Amino acid sequence: MAIDVRREVPAPRARGSFLSDPKFRSVLYQVLVVGGVILVGWYLVNNTLSNLARQNIATGFGFLGRESSFAIGEHMISYSAADSYGRAILVGILNTIKVSLLGIVAATVLGTIVGIARLSSNWLVRKLALVYVEALRNVPLLLQLFLWYAVITESLPGPRQALQPVEGVFLSNRGFKIPTPSDHPAWDAALLAFLLALVISWIVQRRSAALQARTGRRLPVGIITAGLVIGLPLLTWGGFGAPLVFDVPRLQGFNFVGGATLTPEFAAMLIGLTTYTAAFIAEIVRSGIQAVSWGQTEAASALGLRPGLTLRLVVLPQALRVIIPPLTSQYLNLTKNSSLAVAIGYADLVSVLNTSINQTGQAIEGVALIMACFLTISLGISIFMNWYNKRIALVER
Amino acid sequence: MAETGTAPGATPVARPPALAVGPLGWLRTNLFSSWGNTLLTLLILWGLWRVVPPLFDWLVTSSLVNVASSQECRGAGGACWAFVAEKWRFIIFGTYPADEQWRPSLAVALIIGMMLFSTWRGAWRPWLGLVWLGGTAVVLALLWGGFLGMTYVSNELWGGLPLTLLLTVIGLGAAFPLAVLLALGRRSDLPAVKAICVGFIELVRGVPLISILFMASVMFPLFMPAGVTVDKLLRAQIGLILFAAAYQAEVVRGGLQAIPKGQYEAADSLGLSYWQKMRKIILPQALALVIPPMVNTFISFLKDTSLVIIIGLFDLLSAAKAALTDPAWRGFYKEAYLFAGLIYFFFCFFMSRYSQRLEVELNRSRRR
Repeated sequence: MAIDVRREVPAPRARGSFLSDPKFRSVLYQVLVVGGVILVGWYLVNNTLSNLARQNIATGFGFLGRESSFAIGEHMISYSAADSYGRAILVGILNTIKVSLLGIVAATVLGTIVGIARLSSNWLVRKLALVYVEALRNVPLLLQLFLWYAVITESLPGPRQALQPVEGVFLSNRGFKIPTPSDHPAWDAALLAFLLALVISWIVQRRSAALQARTGRRLPVGIITAGLVIGLPLLTWGGFGAPLVFDVPRLQGFNFVGGATLTPEFAAMLIGLTTYTAAFIAEIVRSGIQAVSWGQTEAASALGLRPGLTLRLVVLPQALRVIIPPLTSQYLNLTKNSSLAVAIGYADLVSVLNTSINQTGQAIEGVALIMACFLTISLGISIFMNWYNKRIALVER
Repeated sequence: MAETGTAPGATPVARPPALAVGPLGWLRTNLFSSWGNTLLTLLILWGLWRVVPPLFDWLVTSSLVNVASSQECRGAGGACWAFVAEKWRFIIFGTYPADEQWRPSLAVALIIGMMLFSTWRGAWRPWLGLVWLGGTAVVLALLWGGFLGMTYVSNELWGGLPLTLLLTVIGLGAAFPLAVLLALGRRSDLPAVKAICVGFIELVRGVPLISILFMASVMFPLFMPAGVTVDKLLRAQIGLILFAAAYQAEVVRGGLQAIPKGQYEAADSLGLSYWQKMRKIILPQALALVIPPMVNTFISFLKDTSLVIIIGLFDLLSAAKAALTDPAWRGFYKEAYLFAGLIYFFFCFFMSRYSQRLEVELNRSRRR
C-alpha cells in the first residue's frame, strides 16, 4: 500500500523570528530601497527648490509661450525671432528628425554596400572596405564632425569660385546648392503618379503572391514594378508637355539665389553621421550574412539558383533576422548622436534648447524637454523596428 | 618520373596549372576571377592611382616640418607638420605648466602600462582591481602634486590626453560596481528594486550623453545644498560614470542571462544565501563571459569622453581645437585633427583588436 510520504513531513514552520521569513524580508528590502531612493530624491528636490527660490529663477513651462528673440538659421516651418520659445523648440525637433531620418536612410545604404564589400571575392574591394570601417569606427564622431565642418567652411572656395561637379550643383563654403523643380503642375502630377505607381505595384505584388500560392506561376513582378514606378510619372510628366522647368541656383552678387541649399552645418552633420554609422552598420551586415551557414548557399546553387537570386531569396531573408536587432540600436545611436549638432551649430533640438537655457536660466525644464523628446523619438524608432522584426521573424510551424 | 619525386609504382602527380598556384594564382583568384571582378579591380586601381600619389605628396613629399614661421606653410602644397611640431605639447598636455609636464607624461605612461598589464590573463585576479585603484591614486597624486617638492597644479589646468585617459579610467572603474548592482537589480525577484533599476538603465540609455552632461553641468549645482560647490571636472565625471554604468549594466545582464539555470538552482540547493550565490557561483562565471563585449563598451566610452568639450572641459579633442585658435596657426585643421585622431585611433584600434583576439581565445577553451 502506497503511503503518501508528503503527509509524514510536517509543513515547514518559520523558525525563530519573523526576520527569517523570506516574504517579510523581500518586503523589508523593497521598502528600504524605495525609501532610500525617495529620501535622496526628496533631498535633491528640496535643495533645488531652495536654490531656485534664492536665485529668483522662475519655474514651470511658462517660458514656452514667451518671445524667443533669437534667430535660427534653418527652419522647415516659418520662424522668426519674434516667435515663441515653443515654436523655436518645434523647429529644433523638426531639424533633429530631418537629419536623423536622412542619416538613417543614407547610412543603411552605404553600410550595406560596405558590409557586402567586406565579403567580396575581390581582395582590393575587401581591404578597402576594411580600411574604411577601421578608420571611421576608431575615431570619435565629434572629431569627424569638426573635420567635415572645417573642410566645408574653410577648404571649399567662396560662392564666386564655387566648385561645380555637375551642371547646376554648386559646392562652396556657404553650403551646397542644388537645383529644384520649380512650381509647375507637371511636377505635382508626376509626384502623384509616382505614389499611385507604388500603390499599384504593391497590389500587383500581393496578386502575384496569391497566384503563386495557387498555381505556382509568378507574374514578372520586377518588370511590372519598374515599369510602373518609372513609366507612370514619366508619362504624366510627358502629358503636361514635358516642361523642363528647374529652379537652378545662379550667382547674384556675392551669393547664390534659387535652388535648394544644404547649409554647411547640415551637410557636415549629414556626412559625418552617415559615414560614421555606416561603418558600424557594415560590420552588422557582414556578421549577419556570415551567420547564414554556407550550406544554405550551396543548397541554393544545387537547386540551380543564380548567385543574385541566392542572395535575394535565400541568404538575405535569413541574415535580416540577425541584422535587425543590432541595426535598431544603430538607428537609435544615430538619432542620439545627432545631438552633437550643438558643437558645430546646426540648429537641432539640443542647440535650440541650449540657447533657451542660457537665455531663461530654466535649466531643469530645458534638460527635461531634451530628455523627453529623445525618449519619445527613441521609443518611436524602437516600436517601428520591433514591428518590422516581428514581421520578418521565423514563423515556426 | 624520378624528377617529380614520386615513389615507384604510385600514380604520377600532375603539377597544378601555373595559373592556379603561386603569386599568379593568387592574383587570379583574388583580383581577376571573373570579368566583373577584373573590371572592378581595374576601376579601383585607377581610383587609387588618382588618390594615393597626391595624398602621399600632401602627407610626405611636399609637407613641411621645419619652418621659421607659419607663413612658409601657407604657400606650400603639402601638410604643415610644423604645426604639430609647434603645438604637440599643447595638444597632448593642454594648459598644464610646461616645466611640470613630466608629471602628466608619467601619468599617461602609467595608465598605458596598466592597460598593457591587464591584457595579460595571468593578471585577471581580484587584486587587479586594487592595482588599478592604486595606480589611479598615483596618477591623481602626480597630476595634483603639492608634495615631495612637486608644485600644486589645480585641476582646472589639467588637459589633453591625460585628462581624456583619466576621465575614461575613472569613469569605467567607478561605473563597474554600480553596473553589477544595476544588472543584479534588473534580474531581481523584488519588483520595486527591478522597476528602479530598469527605469534608470532605460532612461540613461534612451537619451544622448550630451543631455546627461548638460544635467551634470547646469542642473547639478542646483541639487547641492547652498554653499556647496562641486568642481566642474567632478560633475562631468559623475555624469560620465552614470552613463557608463547603464551601458555596462546591460552587458553584465547579458552575461547573467547566459549562465544556465542549473547553476542558480545548484547554488540554492546548497543553501547559499543570495549574495553568497552571486559572489561565489554566478558572477565569476558571468563576468568572465562578458569581457570581450565589455572591452567594446570601453572603446565607445573612450570616444564618448570627447563630448566633454561641449561643457567646457579641456580634453584631447578640445586641446586640438583650441590649438587652431592661435591666429598664427589658423587653418591647419587637417593636421590638428589628423594628429588627435591618430591618438584616439591608436587606443581604440588596440583595444578592438585585443577584444577580437580574446573572443577567439576564450571561445576556443569553451568549445573543448
